[in-house]
Amino acid sequence: MSAKATADRTLRGRVAVVGIGETDYYRHGASPDPEFKLALKAILGACSDAGIDPRDIDGFASYSEERSEASRLAAALGTRRLRAATMQWGGGGGGCCAAVANAAASIVAGLADCVVVFRALAQGQYGRFGQTTGIDTISGEKAYLMPYGVLAPPQRFAMRVRRYMHEHGVGQEALRAIALASYHHAQANPRAVMYGKPLDAAKYDASRWIAEPFHLYDCCMENDGAAALVLVPAERAGEFRNKPAYVLGAAVGSGYCAGAIPHNSPHYASAGFETVAADLYAMAGLGPSDVGVVQCYENFTGGVVMALAEHGFFAPEEVNDYLAFDNLVAPSGRLPLNTSGGNLAECYMHGFELVLEAVRQVRGTSTSQARRNDVAMVIGGPMVTPVSNLLLGSEATL
Amino acid sequence: MSGEAARTYLPQGLPIPVAEADGLSAPYWHGLRQSRLLVQRCRHCATWQFGPEWICHRCHAFDPDWTEIEPHGRIFSWERVWHPSHAALRQHGPYLAVLVEIPHAGGVRMIGNLLGDPGQAVFIGAVVDGVFEHHPHPERPYSLLHWQLSSVR
Repeated sequence: MSAKATADRTLRGRVAVVGIGETDYYRHGASPDPEFKLALKAILGACSDAGIDPRDIDGFASYSEERSEASRLAAALGTRRLRAATMQWGGGGGGCCAAVANAAASIVAGLADCVVVFRALAQGQYGRFGQTTGIDTISGEKAYLMPYGVLAPPQRFAMRVRRYMHEHGVGQEALRAIALASYHHAQANPRAVMYGKPLDAAKYDASRWIAEPFHLYDCCMENDGAAALVLVPAERAGEFRNKPAYVLGAAVGSGYCAGAIPHNSPHYASAGFETVAADLYAMAGLGPSDVGVVQCYENFTGGVVMALAEHGFFAPEEVNDYLAFDNLVAPSGRLPLNTSGGNLAECYMHGFELVLEAVRQVRGTSTSQARRNDVAMVIGGPMVTPVSNLLLGSEATL
Repeated sequence: MSGEAARTYLPQGLPIPVAEADGLSAPYWHGLRQSRLLVQRCRHCATWQFGPEWICHRCHAFDPDWTEIEPHGRIFSWERVWHPSHAALRQHGPYLAVLVEIPHAGGVRMIGNLLGDPGQAVFIGAVVDGVFEHHPHPERPYSLLHWQLSSVR
């Protein structure tokens, strides 16, 4: 392949986020609206934010078995035509950046011109992730887990984190610092479900165990709501009313045999970014020291610890020093983390709220603005496979 | 049968394991019912494999052999579960799940419960022995494989 062809195969600087929108965020089961209506509201919100006619949308992208299907959305919104409909395989938030990557790839390849990326959840309508009652028999991976009480996500990920803590001497305080940072940022964010509900170290320490090493506050919430963004080719970014956030890079996947069940991945004590982080930095032409602010999917705090290390912000042996509250808070911590409150304290929108927050950081409109905001990272779905990540940047970074 | 049920580590009512519709794991579950632990081993390249797949991940030979192994291993990781994620566990209290590595079978791992005091200190690397737990369910009998510290025997 020629050098030019290789250089062409990138998302860097080719597409921009020009609109973001979300519904009100609710406790699980508390949405007054059904799930599809939530999706529509978030999408219309993103179009309004961009100043774009929703009928001009020509693609939809989502992940994690999203139920609000592209063709129904296109019909409901009366879009003139549908040209891209991509769904990322894999569960949890592993696809929250991959959905953006797939949408961006559709645009760069000339398949579509205005793609909405979104996620919607109404758990009152469809049930929770954290309860498994009502299943009589089980097969596949879960058959090796559920009969032993390894039922829900906290129990499925606790052993992976325990092993990492064992291998690298990580203390509980590192997990706690991540929870405290998310709750701290949520106190400045009126959208956050935990706005007005601060957390301190004593309250964390006194909270009940869910599955050791996870306290209650190490675990994400479950919520109802929807979040969406509008992606267009970079050359059109100037047509819209907001400061564009350009895609600098994105990557998707997992390492060797990461999907070996049950809990048989060779590199077990891992969030799964060993190869994916390298791909991201290579596409963006950047390294960890260039990143000013990070949104990292907190299914559980322990996954954040591993994911940040795998993205090169610190070595595993430095976790206990690096992951201290003061280092993780905006505006001037070493690495402001989850500045909206994230899955722990803003809203568990399967990580899509993190992508929107990264856009706000680049725009300079976060409620906890980081001092260094030219390059914002999102890390999706630690410990699942496939995982994904994303780097957004301002025009100055192109 | 009620006496048998009372001796299970976790209460009745959790999901019952069954093989997939294509039968991939059927030999494993059938083996447990006979108090035998079977995992896959490729007859061409001798690679161990668990959970099962239709192909050897190393040499791509189809249908790896099911091979009986001694249920001994060491604790690779563990968790103490407090929150009941299923109605059957609501009044139960904490319990221990362990990930056990089996060095004499290529280091394959499997999950079970660690028998004994659920409040016990658990140590990664501790040597454990398998204990088969049979569930004589009227329609869907099945068996599980738990673990206990070797020194307990």
